[in-house]
This record gives sequence, C-alpha cells and structure tokens, in this order.
Amino acid sequence: MKKLNYPFKKEDMLDLKVGDMVLITGKLFTGRDAVHKRIHDGQKPPVDLKDQIIYHCGPVVLEKDGKYEVKAAGPTTSIREEPYQWEVMRDYGIIGVIGKGGMGPKTLKGCKDYGCVYLHAIGGAAQVLAEKIKSVDNVYWEDLGSPEAIWELSVEEFPVVVTMDAHGNSLHEKVEQDSDEVLKGLL
Amino acid sequence: MADIDEQQLFDSILELIKTTSTVIPDDVQKVILEGLAREEKNTTAEYAMNIIKSNIEIAKKKIQPLCQDTGTIIFYVDVPKGFVQSDFKKVCEKAVVKATELGYLRQNSVDTLTGENKGMNIGPGHPSIHFHEHDKDHLDMRLMLKGGGCENVGAQYAMPYNALNAGRDLEGVRKVILDAVQKAQGKGCGPGVLGVCVGGDRGSGYTHSKEQLFRKLDDTNEISQLAELEQDIVQTANKLGIGPMGFGGRTTLLGCKIGTLNRLPASYYVSISYMCWAYRRQGVNLKTSGEINKWLY
Repeated sequence: MKKLNYPFKKEDMLDLKVGDMVLITGKLFTGRDAVHKRIHDGQKPPVDLKDQIIYHCGPVVLEKDGKYEVKAAGPTTSIREEPYQWEVMRDYGIIGVIGKGGMGPKTLKGCKDYGCVYLHAIGGAAQVLAEKIKSVDNVYWEDLGSPEAIWELSVEEFPVVVTMDAHGNSLHEKVEQDSDEVLKGLL
Repeated sequence: MADIDEQQLFDSILELIKTTSTVIPDDVQKVILEGLAREEKNTTAEYAMNIIKSNIEIAKKKIQPLCQDTGTIIFYVDVPKGFVQSDFKKVCEKAVVKATELGYLRQNSVDTLTGENKGMNIGPGHPSIHFHEHDKDHLDMRLMLKGGGCENVGAQYAMPYNALNAGRDLEGVRKVILDAVQKAQGKGCGPGVLGVCVGGDRGSGYTHSKEQLFRKLDDTNEISQLAELEQDIVQTANKLGIGPMGFGGRTTLLGCKIGTLNRLPASYYVSISYMCWAYRRQGVNLKTSGEINKWLY
C-alpha cells in the first residue's frame, strides 16, 4: 500500500504505476460533468487547481446548523469527462484525477504530457469512501446543483487504485484488449 | 381500498425508499460474497470486492445510501380494482421529497434543457411509477433505484446484428449480450447483473429488461432454453477476465435474467439493462390499511 499526502507533488505522481494501491490523505476537489463543461466553455475555476486532485463525484450532502455533512460520496463514471480532462491538466495544472471506469486515449496522453495519474476509487462504495472524508471545507459553483457543485473535502486514507499512470500505461486499455481476444474465442 | 390511510401509506413508502437505498437484498449479498471468495488473494479485484463488502455493512448500520447515485426512482405497484392512481402518485411524491430531505435520496432530478435542479426529485418522468391491476384487495409495491452509471452501459440491438454475424435466434442473442458485457467493461460498476428482453419494440423492450431485474437472483427461468442461456451468459462472461470494476479478475457478472415479448415480423430487438453490484430493489406487501405486511425480497 502506497501513500499520497498533501501537499501533493508531481514527483510523487510520477512514482506511481498501474496496479498500485494508494491511500490519499489531504485535500480533494469534486468536479464532474457540469464543472468540466463550464471550464471547457471558458470560465476560470473558482479555486487554484495547481497540483491538486479532482474527484469525479456527486455526493449526497446535508446541511445541518450551517454545517455540511457528507452522507454518501462514491465516484461517478469518468469517461464522460474524456473530451475535457486533458485541458484541465494543461491549463490549470491538476496532477491527479479520481473517478471510476477509467478514461480514454486523450486523458492517457494528457497524463503523460502533464504528469498526472488516474486513480480509480471503488464505484458504488459511497459509505466506505464517505467515512474517509473528515470535513467539508468549502463549496463553489453551488448554482450547478448539489451533485454538480465543487466540494472542497479533507480526506484521510482514501483508498484508490492507480489504473492510468503518467508513463502511458492504462489498465483499462489492457483489460479491454485481453477480454476482447478471449471473447472472440468464445463466440 | 377505501380503508387505506394516507399517513400510513406515506410511512410505508418512505420505509420502502429508506430500505431500498440502504440495505442490499439477501439474494444479491449472497452472490457478492461468492464473488469475493472466488477472486485471487492480494489482487486489486479482491481489494475491490472487500471494499464492496464493507460498504454494504456500513450502509446498513448507518442507514445511509449504499451508493451516492440513488438513481432513477422506479416504482411498480400492483393495485386493486377501482384504485385511484392519481391519489397514490401524490402520496408517493411527498414520500420521495421527504426521503430526499432525509438524505436517503440524492437531489437527483435535473431539468434537461435548463440544468436546473430543484432538489426534490420530482418532475416530468420522476419518479417513474408503473401501475398494474391485480385481483386482490391490497397493494404490492416494488421499488428499484437504478444509478446512472449502469444505465449508461445498457444497450439495444436490432437483429440481425451484422458486426457480430448475430442472427435472429438464441445463438445471435447470446452474441450480442456478451458484446454488451465486453463494451461495458467496468463502467457500470461491475460485477453486475443483466436484465434482458428479447422482442417487443424499442420502448417495451427496455422496460421489460428492467422488469427482469425484479426477479430473485436464485430463481429459475420457466422456459428451459432461457434458463440455459442465463447460466451460459454468466459463466462465459466470467471467463472474459474483466473482473470487479474492470480491474481484471474472475467475477464480471453476478447474474443474468432474460424474458421475452412478442415482436413484429420486421423487428427483433435484444434490449439489455445493466444493474450495478449496488443492486437496489425491494418490495412490500401492504395490508389494506396501507401498513407494511411483509417484505418481498
């Protein structure tokens, strides 16, 4: 088990390889469909994303006495951000993306060009992952609706698996090719 | 039906939503644990299945959603003769709003054109309620919460499907179902369960494929050819090596349920709905007062 601790550094990301299991401690910013679309359309993100990790997640958050409480917070499917993700790496300097299901060739190239990794959280594991969130520190772009807003979260030992590294390797590409070969033999 | 108490019905619907969102049904938990046991030790596949197991335990203990995507809210209600559907719909919507306030449901309903989220899970098509009349004097309510990630990997094939040389027979049906599994990879939060409809039109085919997901995982299809195909699909899919979350591994599918509808001579659809491992479906049998009599899963 490897560890990533805040403040995150590009060198740490470059050390990670496909298949590594990693525990993350520090700050994450959620950002999913509407956030990526808005940034792509030309708006500047409301926070400095340099050397930060973005988390594809639309949490269930309740507000209680002016404080936010995360009730469920697993990853959402990342492939929908495939057209945009590499631009956020290039223009705003993110060095980690957490999501599920993996991403495609544009993102893989972005990871290599800008020193970023794709970290796969366990889809559907909203309770295990919510327990790793120690506080909700801020929220931005709330006009997008609660699941689509940017939530600034502090996490402790948040479990992920590296499935796309900064060296051009993708577990998703490999599993898809291998299973395709097997399937051809079974049809 | 005149005896039904509105408050009692509201409480029962809220209880159904809460349990569906937070507790995995026994038949699903059983196959998940079998999947965990099957995976090779110290692999990312085993790691994923262990996290899934813990997640099920925590959600039940804390009474919080298994998955943050509490999905499309799909009710199937068997109603007595003379039942007023519009009255039920009103109570149902109130219960959905309450369940959202309590955090059993995410604020999940978005105006497609404006992007506005009113935060109540009510709007055109939401929740989705299907009524069916039966000859009893009580209500049976079933609920499925179907997340967007798994819904996105559903597929519909018009046969013959030339890319796979798949014709209008069960051999062709087998090919396209396995093709859908291959295309889904880990994107639908596998290991998953397939609901399949062969026949129907484009609309009824997808609806019937979801209805298959109300079957218990350990039941046996009454049509022996389909029972065989269901088993074959699961066994073959599990040889593909896609594994939990698409990490590679031995458990790609937990189940497959296939039904048929009649078709037109010109059409032969295979409609496939993928359900993630966080398989949220429950049901209740109500007393005539509206109180829960027993749970269906």
